[in-house]
Amino acid sequence: MLRSHVLPVLALLVLLCIAPLVFYPIFLIKLLCFALFAAAFHLLLGYVGLLSFGHAAFFGTGAYMCAQALARWNLAPELALLFAVAVSAALGAVIGFLAVRRQGIYFAMITLALGQMVYFIYLQAPFTGGEDGIRGITPGHFLGVVDLSNPLALYFTVLAVTTLAFALVWRIVQSPFGMILEAIRENEPRAISLGYNPTLYKLAAFTFSAALAGLAGGLKAMSFQIATLVDVTWQMSGEVVLMTLVGGIGTFLGPVVGAFIIGGLEQYLAQSALPAPVILGAAFILCVMLFRKGVAGTAKSLLQNRAPKRSTPDNPETQATNRIVK
Amino acid sequence: MTSSQTAFLQARGLTREFRGFYAVKDLDLDIRAGQVHALIGPNGAGKTTVFNLLTRVLDCTEGQIRFDGEDITRMATHRVARLGLVRSFQISSVFPALSVLENIRVALQRPNGLGMTWWRSRSALDRLDERAHALLLDVQLGDFAHSRAGDLPYGRKRALEIATTLALEPRMLLLDEPMAGMGTEDVVHVTELVRRVARSRTVLMVEHNLKAVAELSDRITVLARGEKLAEGTYDEIRADAEVRRAYLGGTAHA
Ligand SMILES: Nc1ncnc2c1ncn2[C@@H]1O[C@H](COP(=O)(O)OP(=O)(O)O)[C@@H](O)[C@H]1O
Ligand SMILES: [Mg+2]
Repeated sequence: MLRSHVLPVLALLVLLCIAPLVFYPIFLIKLLCFALFAAAFHLLLGYVGLLSFGHAAFFGTGAYMCAQALARWNLAPELALLFAVAVSAALGAVIGFLAVRRQGIYFAMITLALGQMVYFIYLQAPFTGGEDGIRGITPGHFLGVVDLSNPLALYFTVLAVTTLAFALVWRIVQSPFGMILEAIRENEPRAISLGYNPTLYKLAAFTFSAALAGLAGGLKAMSFQIATLVDVTWQMSGEVVLMTLVGGIGTFLGPVVGAFIIGGLEQYLAQSALPAPVILGAAFILCVMLFRKGVAGTAKSLLQNRAPKRSTPDNPETQATNRIVK
Repeated sequence: MTSSQTAFLQARGLTREFRGFYAVKDLDLDIRAGQVHALIGPNGAGKTTVFNLLTRVLDCTEGQIRFDGEDITRMATHRVARLGLVRSFQISSVFPALSVLENIRVALQRPNGLGMTWWRSRSALDRLDERAHALLLDVQLGDFAHSRAGDLPYGRKRALEIATTLALEPRMLLLDEPMAGMGTEDVVHVTELVRRVARSRTVLMVEHNLKAVAELSDRITVLARGEKLAEGTYDEIRADAEVRRAYLGGTAHA
């Protein structure tokens, strides 16, 4: 399991280190934030089988809290990020508490509804600045030494934080706790009959996921020096679903691949005269029809088909896909 | 302590209604500590529903359940399991994508305080393997530790499920048709296993294989259309005219 991921992860890290030679750092930062957001979302969808349609609530909360801490309280960036994570986790615990007992479409609906509620709260709350958002952020020095006003320093700081966050996701899914999450996803009645309380495990996973989504939002606000309503809209919730499905469910690097594809496409379309939503929609439909396991999942099974492999018919990836398709 | 007079598991007036249809009706059950108690009856009699009620998978419409003196009528399902009342399912219930060994590990994790451990790698579970392998040997699955559970043939899945259930060291075991779909050889194995397990535990078992029921049970309850038809030892049950008519006599499902 671990070994099959070492090479792709290392290759990706090397690529990301030399990427600023080719791309603008701020564009790469956006991709990293989306990748982390998608990984947080995928922690729920891929490993617990829960499709949240309100994850922008946590992304946006992270962004607003980080912006608030930086612009108005002049906190150090690392503390502002921690604050963003803490508030997002707390919100995740509350929303998760209300949602995790529901299954399938009902879970998606209740998360969508609660996500919209969070949106309206931020729309009304004075501190968010309504349509204007929170501006005038000066990110300062990370850990007191790294000057974040330098775009490259900012990029490598975001890369380092994102990498650490991904390592944490890996730890969680590969831990004894992650084993029980898998067992619950595979056969919940059996897990209950063995004395596990699925609600507790799902709530823990939901809170982790919300915290990481909040970190992604915080990083974005810190880097773009602005937090706006865009980050809390249901469209943002939809976008993370899109990225994850395009990348592939059940594959650790799937969300990264999906975020890079969608983020890259958006960037390209924004500069062209083409109608972005139409192209994105078409790309999504193509991906879902051509690669049922997503881009990363399909690439992975192509590679594995050349090497001797273990099982195929109902491995977690296809199972997770089937669950969504149903 | 449970005396031989009071039941270890006791149900009074157990009733379950599905939209006007009574799957189980006004059932009294007393299962004594240390005994093997069999629940038999034709298909659709309500045996699985009784299991679901006793293990709190289903709410009962009416009635009361006590386990080891404690009222569990409204207890959360996972808490009943933690009390030591653990079941297997009629339709074999494993974690298909996990390996056979991982299936047992999952059962062992919680009692060993490794359920919520999210900050360590899975190698923290290695210390469970000795016990897990012993359990697998008990059900002749020693050679299959690293197979995918979903790929096992039916009989072996059942064996794995029993081993998983035993991993919790339950005080009372509820087995729903443990031998269904097994070949004669496996039936002999499982009969032997249940006999061994029952030495230190209470067992309630639904089983259509009457030979196994005769060999294993101390007491038998016959269920028909959700109601108790008869209760007694195997010989008493066999002599009961009503039971013969309803169940044993005609086309017995074996
Ligand atoms: N969830 C349910 N909803 C409606 N009817 C049910 C349900 N579960 C069981 N029944 C009905 O209750 C009766 C008893 O079923 P069951 O307990 O499975 O019988 P047995 O295990 O003795 O074969 C059957 O007629 C069955 O159709
Ligand atoms: Mg049944």
